[in-house]
Parts: sequence; C-alpha cells; structure tokens
Amino acid sequence: MNETSSVWDLLIGPFAEFAFMRRALVSTLALAVSAAPLGVFLTLRRMSLLGDALTHAVLPGVALGFMLFGLSLPAMALGGVVSGLLVAAIAGVVSRATALKEDASLAAMYLLALAVGVTMISRQGSQLDLLHILFGSALGVDEQGLLLVAGVASVSVLTLAVFYRGFVLETFDPSFLAAAAVSKGSRPWVWQQLFLMLVVINLVAGFQTLGTLMAVGLMMLPAVSARLWHESLPAQLFNASVQAAIAGVAGLLLSYHLDTPSGPTIIGCAGVLYLLSLLVSPGGWLPQILKRPHRVA
Amino acid sequence: MKRKTLKLLALSALTASGLFSTQVNAAELVPVVASFSILGDLVQVVGGERVKVTTLAGPDADAHEFTPSPADAKTVLGARVFVVNGLSFEPWAQKLAKSAGYKGETVVASKGVQPRQMAAEPGHDHGHAETDPHAWQNPLNVVQYVNNIAAGLAKADPGGAAAYQANAAAYAKQLKALDAQAKAQFDAIASARRKVITSHDAFGYLAARYGITMLAPQGVNTDSEPSAKHVAQLIRQIRHERIRAVFVENMSNAKLIEQLSKDAGVRVGAALYSDALSGASGPASSYLKMMQHNLTQLAAGMTLN
Repeated sequence: MNETSSVWDLLIGPFAEFAFMRRALVSTLALAVSAAPLGVFLTLRRMSLLGDALTHAVLPGVALGFMLFGLSLPAMALGGVVSGLLVAAIAGVVSRATALKEDASLAAMYLLALAVGVTMISRQGSQLDLLHILFGSALGVDEQGLLLVAGVASVSVLTLAVFYRGFVLETFDPSFLAAAAVSKGSRPWVWQQLFLMLVVINLVAGFQTLGTLMAVGLMMLPAVSARLWHESLPAQLFNASVQAAIAGVAGLLLSYHLDTPSGPTIIGCAGVLYLLSLLVSPGGWLPQILKRPHRVA
Repeated sequence: MKRKTLKLLALSALTASGLFSTQVNAAELVPVVASFSILGDLVQVVGGERVKVTTLAGPDADAHEFTPSPADAKTVLGARVFVVNGLSFEPWAQKLAKSAGYKGETVVASKGVQPRQMAAEPGHDHGHAETDPHAWQNPLNVVQYVNNIAAGLAKADPGGAAAYQANAAAYAKQLKALDAQAKAQFDAIASARRKVITSHDAFGYLAARYGITMLAPQGVNTDSEPSAKHVAQLIRQIRHERIRAVFVENMSNAKLIEQLSKDAGVRVGAALYSDALSGASGPASSYLKMMQHNLTQLAAGMTLN
C-alpha cells in the first residue's frame, strides 16, 4: 500500500496535480513523435547542425514582425516561420543550382539572415531580447502553444507517412530520384523543399512553446543515438521517437523532483541515452571492442 | 603700450568667459549621459535647464542586456558627466567609458545607499548572495541618488552648484511625500495580505521598505529557466496562501507567469515597471509616475487577497 503510493508520488503525482506538468508532457511527447524522425533524416543527409542554423535564421522575420506589429507573438512567430522557410528554400535552390553542398549553402544563408536580423533589431533602437520573449519554456506552455505543437506534429507525421518513399529516395539516392522524376515530368527539388519545410515548422513551433534548446535537442540527440542501434531506417525512426519520449518524461520528472531547469534536464536525459547508446548499442564502442579479437583471429 | 593691450585683451577675455558661465544658453548646456532611462529622468530633474541629458538604454529597454553601439561611445566621449547606477547593474557602462577613453566626471548614483542582498529563492540554495542593484525601488534611496547627481553636476559645472542643490532638495521633498503616502497606504493593509507574485524580483528594496512579501517564479536573471519543482511549489503556495495579486513586468518573459496564474486560478494585474521607464505615452514616463503606478497597482492587487 505504502509502496504503491510512493511510486504514484514519484511518477504520476506531479502530472495528476499540476496542469502545467500535463501540458509540458503532452507537448514534449508531440515533439518527440514528429521532430525526432525528421532528425534521423537530417543526420542521414549530414545536416545535423541545421537546427542550430535555423535558430538564427528566424531572427530577421521575428524582427520584421516586431517592427510592423509591435510585441505581438503571432506576428513575430509568423515572421520567424517565413524567414526560416525562406532561408531553407534559398539554401536548397543554391545547393541544387551550384557546386555548393546543402550544408555549405545553408551556413552562408543563415549567417546572412543573422546579420540582417541583428541589424534590423539595432536599427529599431530597442534592446529588448526579442528571441527571449518569443522563445518559450516547457513549463510555460499555454493552450495555444499546445494546439500549435500538436497541429504541427500531426501535419508533419502525416506528411512524412504519405511521402515517405520520396523522402527516402531523395535522401539516399537523389540522382535516381532526379532521373525517375524527369521521366515522369515532376521536379525532384520539390521533395527537398517539402522536407525542409517540415523541419522549419517543427522547429519554430518547438522554439515558441518549449524553447530553442528543447526544440533542437529533441530533434537531434535521439536521432543521432538511434542511428547507432539499427541498420534499417524505419527502426531508426521509431527508436528516435521512443528515445525522445523517454527523455521527455524522465526529464520532466527529474526537473520536478530534483529542482532543476526543465529544458536542460530533458536534453540532459537525451544525452544520457546517447552516452548509453555510444557504449552498448550494436554500433557503439563495447560491441566493437568485443568484436575485434574475432576479426584478428 | 604693448603690455596695456595684452592686459586689455586678457580682461575682455575674462569678462567674456564670465559672461558665458553665468548666462547659460542653449549652446552651453552641460552634456550629461545617463546609463538608463530612470537615471536619465533623475538627471533631467536635478540638472534642470542647465544640462542636456542623453540616455543610453532608453524606455522599455533592458539595461541588464544592453549592448552599446559605437555611436554610444561617441556620446559618452562628448559628455562632461556620465551617470551610472553602480551596484553591478550595468557592467557594460564601465567598459564603454574605458573603451571610449572617457576622462570626464563619472557619478555612481547609488553611492552611499545601504545595499541589499538579493533574496535567496526558495529551493535555490547556491550559497552565494548577490547585491541587489535595483536600489531606486525605494524612494528614500533616490534622495541619495539625486544628491550624488547634484554633487557630480556641480563638479563639472561649479556655476550651477546652487541650482543643482535646490533642484535636488525640492525633488527630495517629493520623494519623501511619495514614501509617506505609500507607507500609509500599505500600513492600512494587514501584513498577512501584503503578498504578491511577480515575474522578476527587482522589487526587493520596495518590498523591504513597505513590508511586502514578493514571490517570484523565476530567478533574478531574466534568462534563467525555472525548474518544475519551483513552479509547482509556487502554485501550491498561491493556493495555500490564497494570493490573488499576480503581476508581470514590462519586459521579461510573461508567458510563464500568465500560464501559472491561470493554473492557480488568479487574475493577472497590470504590468509593473522595474528597470526602465515606459515611453512618453505610457503610465511610467518619469520616475515619480513609475513609482506611483507600481505602488497603486500593488496596493490594488493586495486588496484582492
């Protein structure tokens, strides 16, 4: 009796008692389901740092929203999405049309966007930290934020499911997709743009409701560790979502019981899962060491 | 003959300079730079028509996070008096003065004020207390502020010393009247009901002066992230102590506290102004108006408790 009640206090109680904990949990889980699989695709394309680049790419849009409409969250968020999409789209076009690789053209674009954004904010003369105001915390998610994350997650999971084959081909064998597309009369870059759009809306929804660290962290860390566990892509996608969800639940509970900041704690849990994966997963360090003597003999 | 003309020249130069220093005209205003908007207002009050005040971190700007531009360095260099708050409120100001090569008079407005330690947050036992720089939140400290400013201005412009003293003394009277009025207002509220929640604990001096208990969901830094435990404790406390007075600040992230107060079933009051004045059309366009606004809002919120 006593034991069950202490387990309840430890695992369920915080969520049962506080609405802010429930909202944090639901939004974190939604992000885990939609963002982590996108992260796997990003690691496969060697674009693991895209998320960080996009945190800066949204700045000019946010600044523009602020200049036109003042401190209005929807205007600033919409501006952020538009400028994030624009940066990703231009970078995509550049990488298709020139010799530059996707990551290089994106690096150039996001730095330009950052420069434009900082200049715009300085011109405004206001020293308000716009990004700080725009970016949320997992504990401050409101109903609107919840709807935003849930909506984005639904759109993104459905799109991923419907266009899965296209995304896979575009990631692994773009030249084949291009050849196939030309024979069918469609355009191959559509896949790339669609994929980048999914990444941008996931990130901006994540920034706004949960904060930068949470959005990028939940997208990338589980994705990186998932690649150590499985050869097949579907298994990696599933593994990444599960790891992100575990990190979310464990991180929120730890933040509650140990009095640590919620966002960093959740990402810290994802980090622990990553370290474990590095050690014990099939692609990790221990199995490699155990395998080696056999190979020599 | 030659000597006579020299003497005459010197004499006329003396009278001319004398004329200029007694008759301050628009071109001869003492250029003063203040680090942030509240100080700018105080300098304007003390300096009156003898000074031209430029404020670096303007209305609604976060002076903690201010990044000076080269134009700001030029402004500081052109000033004869540079007024800062001190108490580590604006660490960038010292760097700015140094990098600009500023050689004029620097006034630390908070000099002589009894510094307060930052209240330790519940559950945050880091073992180090920091000095709270928001000393202006107690009007009696501001008496010291304006005296320091008057002394600093007098050093740079001795001709105006009497005027600065008189302005400071007149303002001190207003400050004391404000304090007495606020004291009476809050004393009328039972001390058990003198509890409010704000998103940023910049009001330590004010709370100490008027016996108000301030609870904050976030730390002193506007960018520190709260823990789930801390927020949960706060919600429990709101429910337990039946606090109805919740306030957000004019520039920190208000999302968390708005959400929190909804969860706990309380109403959010008007924005309070702590580190910056509002624009000219806002409710806190000067220091006195800011304090009036804050004190009225706080008292009104507490009566709901």
